[in-house]
Formats: sequence, C-alpha cells, structure tokens
Amino acid sequence: MHRRTCLLALAGLPLTRLLAADEPAAESTAREVVFAPVLPGRTLVFPDDEGAHPEFRTEWWYVTGWLDLPDGRPLGFQVTFFRVRTGIGEDNPSAFAPRQLILAHAAIADPELGRLRHDQRAARSGFGRAGFSTGRAGVWLGDWSFEQIGDGYRARVDAEDFGYDLAFLPDGPPLLNGQEGFSLKAPGRDNASYYYSRPQLTVEGRLTLDGHRQSVAGRAWMDHEWSSAYIPEGADGWDWVGLNLDDGGAIMAFRMRRTDGGKLWASATLRSPDGSAEHLSLEAVEFEPLRSWKSPRTGIEYPVEWRLSLGTRRFTLRPLMDDQELESRRSTGTIYWEGAMRLLENGREIGRGYLEMTGYGERIQVG
Amino acid sequence: MTLAPVFLGSLARRRTATLFSFVAILLGVALGMAVQAVNQAALSEFGRGMRTMAGAADLQVVGPRGGFDEGLYATLAARSEVAQASPVLEMRTERIGSADGLRILGIDLFAAGPVTPALLPRPAEIQDGSDRDTRLAALAEDSLFLSMAAREALQVDPGDRIQVHAEDRTLTLRVAGDLPGAPDDPRLAVMDIAAVQKHFSRIGRLTRIDLRLAGGQDAQTARAALEPLLPAGLMLEVPEAAVDQAANLSRAYRVNLTMLAAIALVTGGFLVFSAQALSVVRRHTELAFLRAIGLARRQLFLWLLAEGALVGLLGGLAGVALGHGIALGLLTLLGGDLGAGFFSGLSPTLRFSPWASAAYVLLGIGAGVAGAWLPAREAAAVAPARALKSGDDSALSGGRGVPMLSLAMLTASLPACFIPPIQGLPLGGYLAIACLLAGAVMLLPTLASMLARTLPLRGPVPARLAAARLAAAPGQSVIAATGVLASVALVAAMAIMVGSFRDSVDVWLGQILPADLYLRAGRAQSAGSLDEALQARLGKIPGVARVQFTAFESLRLEPGRAPVELLARPVSPDGDGLPLVGSARPAAKGETQIWISEAMRDLYGWRPGERVLIPLAGDEVAVQVAGVWRDYARQGGAIMMDLADYRRLTGDASVQTAAIWLAPGADGIRVGEALKSTSDSGALEVAFPGEIRERSLTIFDRTFVVTYVLEAAAVVIGLAGVAASFAALTAARRREFGMLRHLGLTRRQIGAMLALEGTLAAGVGVLGGLAAGGAISLILIEVVNRQSFHWSMDLHLPWASLLWFAGLLVALAGLAAILAGRQAMREDALLAVREDW
Repeated sequence: MHRRTCLLALAGLPLTRLLAADEPAAESTAREVVFAPVLPGRTLVFPDDEGAHPEFRTEWWYVTGWLDLPDGRPLGFQVTFFRVRTGIGEDNPSAFAPRQLILAHAAIADPELGRLRHDQRAARSGFGRAGFSTGRAGVWLGDWSFEQIGDGYRARVDAEDFGYDLAFLPDGPPLLNGQEGFSLKAPGRDNASYYYSRPQLTVEGRLTLDGHRQSVAGRAWMDHEWSSAYIPEGADGWDWVGLNLDDGGAIMAFRMRRTDGGKLWASATLRSPDGSAEHLSLEAVEFEPLRSWKSPRTGIEYPVEWRLSLGTRRFTLRPLMDDQELESRRSTGTIYWEGAMRLLENGREIGRGYLEMTGYGERIQVG
Repeated sequence: MTLAPVFLGSLARRRTATLFSFVAILLGVALGMAVQAVNQAALSEFGRGMRTMAGAADLQVVGPRGGFDEGLYATLAARSEVAQASPVLEMRTERIGSADGLRILGIDLFAAGPVTPALLPRPAEIQDGSDRDTRLAALAEDSLFLSMAAREALQVDPGDRIQVHAEDRTLTLRVAGDLPGAPDDPRLAVMDIAAVQKHFSRIGRLTRIDLRLAGGQDAQTARAALEPLLPAGLMLEVPEAAVDQAANLSRAYRVNLTMLAAIALVTGGFLVFSAQALSVVRRHTELAFLRAIGLARRQLFLWLLAEGALVGLLGGLAGVALGHGIALGLLTLLGGDLGAGFFSGLSPTLRFSPWASAAYVLLGIGAGVAGAWLPAREAAAVAPARALKSGDDSALSGGRGVPMLSLAMLTASLPACFIPPIQGLPLGGYLAIACLLAGAVMLLPTLASMLARTLPLRGPVPARLAAARLAAAPGQSVIAATGVLASVALVAAMAIMVGSFRDSVDVWLGQILPADLYLRAGRAQSAGSLDEALQARLGKIPGVARVQFTAFESLRLEPGRAPVELLARPVSPDGDGLPLVGSARPAAKGETQIWISEAMRDLYGWRPGERVLIPLAGDEVAVQVAGVWRDYARQGGAIMMDLADYRRLTGDASVQTAAIWLAPGADGIRVGEALKSTSDSGALEVAFPGEIRERSLTIFDRTFVVTYVLEAAAVVIGLAGVAASFAALTAARRREFGMLRHLGLTRRQIGAMLALEGTLAAGVGVLGGLAAGGAISLILIEVVNRQSFHWSMDLHLPWASLLWFAGLLVALAGLAAILAGRQAMREDALLAVREDW
C-alpha cells in the first residue's frame, strides 16, 4: 500500500509539508540516481522477497492486529517499519550518508483509554543505530525491530508508555495482491508496487502498558510492499482495510480518493478459507461512509463506519473505538486515522482487522 | 531636616568644587558600571547561545578541534546509560571574499531531535523552478540552514547560493531554510553531518557528541561509566562548563578593568575629601555657631557626612546611567568582548540589572562618605568657643604626614607581590598596588616639606613665600597634590605597562613572523587546510626560495580547562628562532620535544626538562618539554612541536598555513598572485607580515581603548583636583592675601606666588606620582599580567611622553591655581583684613 508511506516515510523529518513522492526527486545529487522500476511479470520469490529491496525508493513492513488481554479485553496494535532510499549521498563515502532511512511507528488502541498510545522513530541506517537485511525480513531501529524467525516473525517495540514483544505465525503461504504481487495504484502503469500480505497470523507474546507486563494472544496481518512511484497524481488520500475473517478467509481492499472525493482507483483481494485468492478491480470495490466522528483535537471529520461492497457481498465496518486518530502535528505534522475495526455481514461479526484513512484533514499533505 | 539648606545647600554655594567631586565619582562609577554591564551582557549571551546549542544534553564529549574518530558515537549510542547520542561535526569557515564567519554544525537531524531540538532545520518552500523535494531538503548535500541573524548578516534568502571556504576549495551551498529554534546567533549554520564530512574532507570524524542520559541516570555515575570508553584527549563535560571556561578566561581581563575603574572612584573620593576639607575650613565660624546654638557634635558630623553622601549619591546615580550609555556604545562598537576577543561574534543585548546598579550607586555614596569622613570628624571635634572667637585658620590642619606608617605601607607592598594568584586573580598584585598608592599619598606631606626645605630661600619674594609655605604648612597644598599623585601614578603606570606590552608584542610579532609571505586557505582555522598536493605545488612556484608549513590543532588536557593550542611547524632542535623565555633544555636524541608557552608553564606547572603526556590522534604520547616561549596570542596555553614529529605521531599531513621566503630579487606581490592561483580562485589568501603586524597592533590598540579612556579621565580628575583645591584654598586665605597686600605686595606678586604654590604642589604630586606609577607599572608587568594572562614582557619606558605629560600637568596646575586665586585677589585688601577683627 502506498498509504502510510506518504505520511510516515518522512515522519522523522521536521517537515512543513509532505509531498506525494510520485515524481522522482530532482535533486542535483539525485539526478544520477535511478530507482528500480516496478514492472509487471516479476515473480515474487520467498523468502528472498521478504527481505529489503534497497534499490527501490520505499518499502515497508506493516503489522496490524487484535490482541486479547488475559482478562479477555480486546486491544488493537500496529507497528510499521519503513525503509526510504533518499537518492542523496549515493557517492558520499561518509558513514552518515543518508542513502537509506529507517522510520518506525507503533500504536496501541485501548478502548479503556479511549485514544491511541503511539510513538515513532527515525534514523539513517548505519552505526548500529538502524538497518535492514536482505534475503529475509529484518529491519530495526534502536531496540525496535521486526524480523523473520523460522516460519514466522517477531516484532519488538519499547515506547514511552507501552511496549510489546510479539511472535507471529502464518497459516499459509503469502497472499499476493494485484497481478501476482504487482499492484497498480492508478490507471496506467506508472504507479504500482510489489505487494504481498500475510493474513491470519497467530499472535503470542507480551505486552507492557504503563509498566504493567502481561501475556497476550490474538490475530494479526502483515503487509510487505515496495515501490519507487506510488502515489498517483490527483489523489488526495486513501482508505485501506486488511481484515482476518473468523472462517479463515481474508480481505484486503483499498481505494485512492480524488480531490473531489471520488474514486480514482480501487482494488481488493479476497482469500477463501481454502487459500484460493480472488482479485477484484476498480468497478467491483466500493467504499461508502455511514457515520462520521469529529476529532476534538484537530476538528477533522473521519468516516469511522463504512459500508464495503466487494462484488456482490456487502459488509459493514465498525471501529473498536471512534478516536483512533494519530495526531503528531507538533513533531511531524502528520494527522491520520488508523484503527482496529470489526467486520460485519448481515449484522453478524465475521472478522476483525484494521482501517487506515488519510487525507481527511486540510488536503492532507498530498500534492 | 530644617538644617538641610544649611549643609546640603552649601554644596550648591560652592558649585565648582561640588561639580568636580561629582564628575570624578560619576566617572569612576560609570566606568565600573560599563565594564560590568558589558561583560554581563556578553556572558549571558554566551551562556544563552551555549544553552541553545546544548539543548537537553546532559553531557558532551569534547576533544581536539581536529575532531576524533566517529566510531565512538556507535559505542556511546549503544550504552544503556545513554538515551540518545547526537553526533556533531563543527566547522568554522568564512564566506569567500568577505570576513563573514560561519560556524557550520553538521548534525544528524534524526539523532539531534531529542537532544538539541533548537538545531533542527526548517526547510523553506523555494519557488525557484527546480523540482527539489522539500521533504529531503534537510538531508541534501548542498543544503545550508542559517539562523535568522546569520541570514540577515549574510543578506541571503532561501534559494540563494553562497560560497564558503572548504579546505583549499570553494564550496557552493544553497540556503535551504532557517533554524527556528536558534534565531539569534549571527554565525550559526546547520548542514547534514554526512555533507559536512564529505565537503570538508572530514570523513570519519566528529568534533562533539551530545548525550542525553537515560531516565534515572545520574550525570556523575554515567560519567564515571562512560569516561573509560573515551580515547585519550577526549573529555566528558557538562554543557555549562563551556560558559564557565569563557567566564574564567575573560575574568582576569574584566577584573583588571574593574580595578582601573576603582582607581577612578578612589580619585573621586580624594576630590570629595579635598573639597570638603577646605569647605569645612571656610565655614568654621558658621559651624561653630551652629554648635553654640545647640547642634550636637554627632549631628554636625552626620550632616557633614551627608554632604559627601549626597555628592556620592548624585554621582553614583548619574554614573550608573552614564555607565549603561557607555556600555551600549561599547556593545555597538566593539561587541561584547571589550575589544579583547573573548566573545567575538556575539551580539549581546544590554540588560539593566537592578542589583548591580544599586551596588554601583552604593559605591558612589561610599566614595563620597569616605571622602567627607576626615573633614567632618575634625570639624566636629573643634571647640565651638574657640572657633567662634578667632577666625584663625589653624584648623586647616591637613596632613602633617605619618612617615612611619607610610613607609610601612610602602614596604608592605613588596611581600604582597609574592602572593600567588588566588583563583586565577592577581589579588596580591592589587594589594601591593593599594599599599603603594596609600603609602605614597601618606608620605606626600613629608616629601613636600623635605623638598621645600631643599629649595634655596632666595630670589623674589613671592617665590620665597611659596617655598616657605610649602615647607612650613604643606597641609593645604598637599591635598591638591594627592589628587595629582593618584592620577599621575595611574597614567604613568598604565603608560609604562601598555608601552612595554606594545613594544614586546611588536618584537614578538617580528620573531613569530619571520617569512616574507604567508599563505592560508581562508581565515578559518578548522575548515581551511592545504593538502599534500598543494603543498608540493607551492614549492615549485618561481620566486619561492623556501616554504615552511604550520599545522594547528587544539587539545584538551584537563577537564574544565579551555583547550590548548598546538602548533606544529619546523622547529630547530635548540629552539632557535622561537621567542624563548629563559634557556632551552633540548631533549636527548630520540625523544620528541615540545616547546610550551608561558601560560602552559603557569597553568599546568610544566617545566623545561620534564616529561609529559599529550593526547595526539587518540593516544597519549610521551614528550619532553624543551623550553618555554613567549606567546601573546593564546591565553589558554600553546604547545609548539616540530612538524615532522607531529606528522609522525598523527599521520595527518595536511597543514593550515604556509610561510614563504622569497628568492632574492623576487617580487612579493607577483609571487603572492602566483601562490593564490595554485588553487581554486578565491579560496587561498596571501598576507604580508607587515599587514599581519599592522592588523595585530590595531587589535592591540583597540583592546586598550578602554584604558586610554581611563587615563584621560584620570588626568581630568587630577587637574580638577588642583583647581578645586586652590579655589577653596585661596578663598580660605583671603585674610592672608589682604595682609600681604598691606605689606606692599602687588596683586601680580600674589598671583605669581599662587602660581608657584600650585606648580610646586603639582610638581611634588607629579614627582611622587611618577615614582609610584613606575613602581605600580612594575607590579602590573611582573605580577598582575603574569598572574592574570601568564605572559611576560620587557620593560619599556616611554620617557619622552611621560616627561611631556608631567611638564604639561605642572604648567596646567600653575594656571589652575592662578585662575582659582584670581577671585580672591580681586577683593579689597582692607576689607579682607578687617573682616576678622
């Protein structure tokens, strides 16, 4: 997904404005830098493609999910690691050369608190402070990390008022989005990414809230995506969901919103419990807002309940709690909504997952 | 209170005397206040800058100016004691073709955010048609972020390009935005650390690491744990230490200036004394009457003190106001460093400090009260009946002189010179000066009578009268003479000291700059350097006979102390050509030897022949001290070593300057042009020793501007003292003049007598002042300068100007005496005599 990248790719930079990085950066230093293009027809190879692809502009490993506390209470969590190739300092022998940046973002959605706990970090790779591996999943920033362990993954986060150490075990092979992992973002061929998901991850581990450590278990979703040109021109924001169904199936769906709020592009992947996948394109995917919530902090209105139409099926999305807005204007200027959702069909809960909405603020930093 | 018009009103009746006292106190207070206010402004500005720089850092790793290996950053960042480590590479450089200095901090903005948020750059939106990505502007290799003050100083806007010195090259940077957290420093610029490492050829180097400690970590404990990880020559310091170092470095200079102001204040006290003493005499009938109608002795005493206090209060208030005015002027003209270079580049703002101002007003009052004390006591002690009965002027006691006590004071000044510095301040020296001055003043009456007795009692009547008066009743004239003595002593001492200093600096510049031409890459000491290829090219230029290179580095030897400068250049084994102090003790063959400046000897206690350890390139290196050389440029200490040794020990072949000797017959200007063209245009600068010398002496003179101002003030105060004393004196001697006129002396003769008395009194004062000043100058040179600044100088007496000055002062004193006496002489002789019978 293009989604968080735009927001978070530069989360560590004190920016006044985030541009959609759909055009190659034209720095004098970057002129010779050629980012690897995303082309159709490439076959994703595992576990090699789980690792980093530093020749592409951006890449992320993104885990969202639901956890159950020992007392049965549900929580949402997310952790994202971004790798950004800046095109700067490619020929600089300095060990500080900012060729590759690592950014990380973690949050906990706790209905008892009523808002998100979140934290973020950024660093240039090097000096043992941050880095990534190729050939297998592995990315880290200080004592935060996401890595491949055996058949599964492990994520560690230690933030100011929360922390977790979680192990994830998949139930099957990676789910390739788009055309065998080639995922278009707009009409034409210019904006695309390589994109696969790992739905139905079984989670086990420990969670620390306000210094109180407890065991947790749950289900999660991991996305790994890399690209060199992702946000299409004319896109104002996007809505994305990744949902684990109780019957073992999974749904990934997104749409790019035009400045006028219309649909610029959309796509979805449906996995049946037996593992077979179905791809839905533009016409078959509809996002329809049902109920809005206005943030008391930013005054921005977010549609927090949705009707999602995929082909002939009609779903309803309901949030774990309304306030899952991520507001970090003071440090990064980014504001968006990213939260735990329940999936309902015919009034019955059939799954859980995450929804991300961007661009609902003041033309959120896009373009 | 009803008596206020009687006492305080008398001040208004003798306007001239009051005015002079007032002016003297005003000047003393104003100068002291100005020095204090300027320094306070500079220090607080420096401290504010430091706090902005240091941000939330608990500790800073500092080391040599040339920096240290960046590997330490990874080591420290991984420690559990450290919450965040922020690496910094600082480069000082200049804009090409101008003197605009820039301090470029290369930072890792990701690491700096939590530690020094004030340094975070803010990219500007630049509409220059380029497709630059604003998001990444902070990382781009040519992006330079300037503080608002620097943008104003350099007159550039975002998107503009500026050229700066980098090594021996020209580096073109693009102004990409500003530093919202640090708007005030006119030299501050920030770039990405990788770009600075690359452009300034400092790959792998850092100059500082700012550390924020993990929560619950005590700075002392963390320091103890982290210190063993540091290579030799690196220190962990709390950020405030830099402020203390600056304050310490400038303290001696500041205290010296304050002492000069104190002398002006003491002179003011003298003036109050002379004015009050004579005024009391003039009013003795009036005062006796007041006592007779019931004014208690103590009341009278207090009222007379109040007169002095009022003058002091007015002088103090006006002085504080004037002092702030002077401070504002100094800050605008010279910046915050009073011309001494400690705080160059700061633009401090003057702040009114109520406490300091109150203290200086109190000092003014103190001077007034102290001056009024003795006359008030004597006036109060007089028996009213006797004073009422006869208007005798025997009350004009004046000092008879206390030869024993004054000799004791003079003698005491000698041992005081041997008191070692206390907290870096030459308190013993000041004590010696105070003893000397007080002793000289107390000895003055004795000296005057002795001198007068040796005068031949011949010649015209007025001359004999004047001489007889000085010999018999030196009291009154001596009061005038003390003011002269004090001011002459101050002027002579300063003139001899400054003259010796200037002369020594001049000679020293000749020794330290023996070549025909000097070449360097910009004025920057850290950013400009000449690499090996360029060094080789220089020697091949036609007209160049010989080239000698110098590398500069700064070392940290002890925590809490300012860095020590290291100069590496070819030095002969016996130190030939260095401005050596004392004899050299060259080390045995195979030993690395260094030559230390006098400051090193005083501050670190190193002695010739001693083996010491110095940190070079991260290692402790054992070297032997071969000798001590004189250095007027680096107050924190300097070490000189042979360039070959330096290169062998550090492996660093780059140098900062080249000294060039011309082949016979070669044209210096033409060779200079050829030298400049060996590198990127504009990056190399050629200087001739003459220019450097001139520039250095200009800076020197500027440094002493403040003392020249004080000297001028002292002369005015001294002359004012003569005028005021004689005005009062002649008024009190109206009867005497009347009598003389009765006896047949003409007005003219009385005028001549007064002029002679004035000249004699001033002459005595000048002689005493020259002697005291000479002695004080020796104390300034041998004790105060040595202890404050750690440098010696050769005594150089500016005879001619001192004699001129002395003669002029004596002549002016005679003139002042005539002018002051004219009014008294205009009165009718009969009237004056009859008044008292």
